[in-house]
Amino acid sequence: MGDKRTTVDDAVADLRDGMTIGIGGWGSRRKPMSVVRAILRSPVKDLTVVSYGGPDVGLLCAAGKVRRVVFGFVTLDSIPFDPHFGRARETASVEVTEYDEGMFLLALQAATQRLPFLPTRAGLGSDVPRLSPQLRTVTSPYADGEELLAVPAQPLDVAFVHLNRADQRGNAQYLGPDPYADDLFCLAAEKRFVSTEQVVSTSELTELGPVQSLVVNRSMVDGVIESPGGAHFTTAAPDYGRDEMFQKHYVDSAKDPDAWPSFVDRFLSGDEAAYQREVRAFSGVAA
Amino acid sequence: MSDVTRAEVAIAAVADLFRDDGEIVASPMGAVPSWGAKLARATFAPDLMLSDGQAYLVDADGVVEGWQPFRRMLDTIVPHGRRHVVMGANQIDRYGNQNISAIGDHARPTKQLLGVRGAPGNTVNHRTSYWVPRHSTRVFVEAVDVVAGVGYDNAAKAGPAAQRHHDVHRVVTNLGVFDFGGPDHAMRAVALHPGVDPGDVSAATGFPVDCAGADTTRLPGAEELRLIRDVLDPDGLRDREVPA
Repeated sequence: MGDKRTTVDDAVADLRDGMTIGIGGWGSRRKPMSVVRAILRSPVKDLTVVSYGGPDVGLLCAAGKVRRVVFGFVTLDSIPFDPHFGRARETASVEVTEYDEGMFLLALQAATQRLPFLPTRAGLGSDVPRLSPQLRTVTSPYADGEELLAVPAQPLDVAFVHLNRADQRGNAQYLGPDPYADDLFCLAAEKRFVSTEQVVSTSELTELGPVQSLVVNRSMVDGVIESPGGAHFTTAAPDYGRDEMFQKHYVDSAKDPDAWPSFVDRFLSGDEAAYQREVRAFSGVAA
Repeated sequence: MSDVTRAEVAIAAVADLFRDDGEIVASPMGAVPSWGAKLARATFAPDLMLSDGQAYLVDADGVVEGWQPFRRMLDTIVPHGRRHVVMGANQIDRYGNQNISAIGDHARPTKQLLGVRGAPGNTVNHRTSYWVPRHSTRVFVEAVDVVAGVGYDNAAKAGPAAQRHHDVHRVVTNLGVFDFGGPDHAMRAVALHPGVDPGDVSAATGFPVDCAGADTTRLPGAEELRLIRDVLDPDGLRDREVPA
């Protein structure tokens, strides 16, 4: 019965330059932000980041960690655009593979099922195939003869997801309204890390929520990181909602190249405990 | 009803998009589309299903009637096709191609927008309409920079699999209601809002639009106005969404 507990910094220490990493959550919702902050502190670079993108993508781009982004969108939800991702695109400092949201899901599903591709209608007729000329179509062998897009599997070297609760073996649970695709990120990856608001005993998991909320099981996880507030400033409902005031501060700072260094100095230059301390101070001052 | 505002006309026009849709998921993106869908459900389209914008389907009283997390939306609801989305658009061209991805050359855009999001899948799987609050030559362009939502010409080029369920239904703007019923599926005016003339449309559109057959958009009725003013938007945000 393995104890898989580890720390964000130890988890990130496994990363190597050029790896493909998957980041769970969706937009500015239940993102493994403490892991992202640990990556910012690490020397790793040239990552391919596979994400339903939010501030995870923005922060990693701003820190020069990213070579390519595989995405269907990058948004902060209550604020439409992430300024760092915008700047990275507008200066062509990152490459992109831009998918339809449903294609993105199929790419993960193909990887989880160990299939080379899955067919879909989504993407046909759009600029997605023009912008990713490696994409191919596949023709149905049946009477309909339909020619569909063949979405290639998107395997991951490492996946990071943030869930509300986990036990030390890696059984993990979401307690909010939406599981997103976190289980698929884990299944598509060689190495899998779950950060969680709280590590609890296995028996507590089914006391906290219905058994259907246990979307990740221990065979899908290599490391468990206890990280209270680890999704901040994105939502981790029902533990906490999005910190809208802080997200706005992030965006205002990110928009202004002169303001960004002081944001980095204050929030991103120490460890996770220092971050959480500064966030509490920020909320206290701003409230 | 001389006090009916342009915003109220537009909301009723969006509601009319859902006429005869039956028991499907309406997915309105943004304030005016949401008010329109709710107005339709409260009046002539009671079977419409609406999400709370998160993971729940909620009925008219806000009671949760179903679960619709993002993944179910993508792997079941969109491909299954019993859905009508009303998306926004940074650009739309004459044949109904839409862009929400980026402005300029995709390799180095002058302005990064959202990305294509679900627009490619939506447009080849089920009925799609658009809402444009500020009808202008910046939005209605000769050719979009990135095809996110698929128009009629590109669906035809991509073949039968792309055309089979392709159905770009209407564009509602602050000036009128448009469809793609012109020659070769070109955009044409179905109705112009009261006070709008074809010259206004022509000046605000980057390609020719046939307005010859256009009616005048209907005014919302008394019950619809009550719902818009007292129930859906009691704070009067609609006049900020839609320029008069």
